[in-house]
Amino acid sequence: MTQAIETTLESYLARFEAFQKESAGRGPAWLLPLRKAAISRFAEVGFPARRDEEWRFTNVTPITQAPFSPAGRPEMLPTLEDLQRVAFERASFHRLVFVNGFYAPSLSSQDLPQGVKAGNLAEALQADSERIERHLGRYASFEHAPFVALNTAFFEDGGFVHIPRGLIVEQPIHLLYLSTGDREQMVSYPRTLIVAEENSHATIIESYAGVGEESTFTNAVTEIALGENAVVDHYKLLREKETAFHVATQQVQLSRTSNFRSHSITLGGAIVRNDINAVLGGEGGECTLNGLYLASGRQLVDNHTAIDHAMPHCDSHELYKGILDGQARGVFNGKIFVRQDAQKTDAKQTNQTLLLSEKAQINTKPQLEIFADDVKCTHGATVGQLQPEALFYLRSRGIGEDDARSLLIYAFASDIIGRIKVAPIREELNATLLARLPGGHRMEELL
Amino acid sequence: MGAMLEIKNLHASVNDREILKGIDLKVAKGEVHAIMGPNGSGKSTLAGVLAGREAYKITEGQMLFEGQDLEELTPEERAREGIFMAFQYPVEIPGVRNDYFLKAAYNAIRKRRGEEELDAFEFLRLVKEKAKQLEMDPELLKRPVNEGFSGGEKKRNEIFQMAVLDPKLGILDETDSGLDIDALKIVAKGVNALHSPERAFIVITHYQRLLNYIVPDFVHVLSGGRIVRSGGKELALELEQKGYGWVERELASV
Repeated sequence: MTQAIETTLESYLARFEAFQKESAGRGPAWLLPLRKAAISRFAEVGFPARRDEEWRFTNVTPITQAPFSPAGRPEMLPTLEDLQRVAFERASFHRLVFVNGFYAPSLSSQDLPQGVKAGNLAEALQADSERIERHLGRYASFEHAPFVALNTAFFEDGGFVHIPRGLIVEQPIHLLYLSTGDREQMVSYPRTLIVAEENSHATIIESYAGVGEESTFTNAVTEIALGENAVVDHYKLLREKETAFHVATQQVQLSRTSNFRSHSITLGGAIVRNDINAVLGGEGGECTLNGLYLASGRQLVDNHTAIDHAMPHCDSHELYKGILDGQARGVFNGKIFVRQDAQKTDAKQTNQTLLLSEKAQINTKPQLEIFADDVKCTHGATVGQLQPEALFYLRSRGIGEDDARSLLIYAFASDIIGRIKVAPIREELNATLLARLPGGHRMEELL
Repeated sequence: MGAMLEIKNLHASVNDREILKGIDLKVAKGEVHAIMGPNGSGKSTLAGVLAGREAYKITEGQMLFEGQDLEELTPEERAREGIFMAFQYPVEIPGVRNDYFLKAAYNAIRKRRGEEELDAFEFLRLVKEKAKQLEMDPELLKRPVNEGFSGGEKKRNEIFQMAVLDPKLGILDETDSGLDIDALKIVAKGVNALHSPERAFIVITHYQRLLNYIVPDFVHVLSGGRIVRSGGKELALELEQKGYGWVERELASV
């Protein structure tokens, strides 16, 4: 077993050698040292094991032992039909489509206000290298994050969004990452950089979906930097296939009085690990992390969040909800750091899990580390089944058992859904949830 | 024409503890039966057994509703046949709007009766009319079921649901408990408005007070899981004056 892991590790290192040779001359000069530092760090630490506290409940050996090789530029683009299912075609979003991590301009469309940039990183690395250098890799540290190290070493493309000072982008910008899975064991490394300058406001949707037959591995890293007083509403919508592996880190840096709201929705994937880390790096910042995940069968969904209150007078609100059925497993780890200087912090964390079967499992762990003395921090976790008394109440009014269960499950998820301000996402989520409920179609008429 | 509900020698237990020890009761349509008794006498168990609470096991006897054995029916089937229980402790259901919930229930019952579902507009009209009768704030309809309702609002919501769902048999499980006199009057008025020759009520209460407003045709005293005495409405007054100890002492001396 150890042998196998080493072989895989070796193969990643060898692949980097090849990648470095092949792509030498491409990309700005500052990037290669960053990549090299990342792969060296990966060589030192290797893949995470269960003995690592951060990975205690998530066994990634199905990912680390499989001989995944970079997907490369797709030979064929997904069909429009494939796209229709996931692209919010009827919504007037600015859309950037990436296939296996590579920008597909022919599938993209945008009509952005003057000055706003939404494009692909590969191109921006050429055209806007200085700006990228100021941000890329500056937030998402790979020191203790082997998957971030691999992404940093291997990424070739991804989304780049830049909202200049004072600009408001009314329509959401949708970065759609598709994995084609048209041959076995493909890995893609989408890299996203979002920079919202002072006093700007934008809504960004990052969605991941699979279209092909084979199992895919997506190792994604997103860095988001908010300038003073900037507002970013971020949606992550995960609709990967049941066989897909997805490991992602989203690193957010907030400045003074900026406001970041994250909604992380996980609906697919065999093994999913979402890390969302936010640093409240200026006074008066506000960070909201909402999450909803639905898992069944043998799916594993692991959400790790960390909010770092580094400065005073910042608020954070966190609400994560999971609905687990079958033999699905969920992991929630919510860290909140309150640094010594971060007086008047107001942090609230809630994690609620609904277990629909006896074999479904959740490991939930709040982790508060507070070094300031004038702060308000609360956390709460509940794990439960559907309330028998509530079920009986509904049934005693004539509502059938399936419908009653569906109503209660829907109700559990509804406050997260209600917080989603982008109507097409809210509707899509509603529809997906209802489609998975036994009495869902009857409820559709009701709601 | 036989009774609408006929309970014969009903024994029921919870967690292997026998609570009902042989109940006999006949309720014909148009009748109002009050069931009174001290705490722990089995009043709420009787209501729960009729509505189909799963924790209650029937060990002997039977309940016939319009000739059908109720034990064969799930709680929702009983509701669709026309049994409605107003809960002693109405359940809060966050996230489920009161009006959506009621529409789902209403349409399930209509379907069983072979009637067309009401469209949204007609349903809204019906619901508004019933809410007005019960002096319910229409805003409560849009709120999640019972969530954040006061005690009085919850009980009123039960009677409101009963008014909309139009059952044949209404069972009120201590609907009066915890209500002030004004709320009690509103609830009683709502129940009385539903009184008809086609509908029957079983009113379960600890106190006689409610029966000043909902006047029963029959009063039964439950004690130790049995009906120990039955009579007309004057029995309630006698109980009020003499206390439950009176019935129990009298029984003990026999």
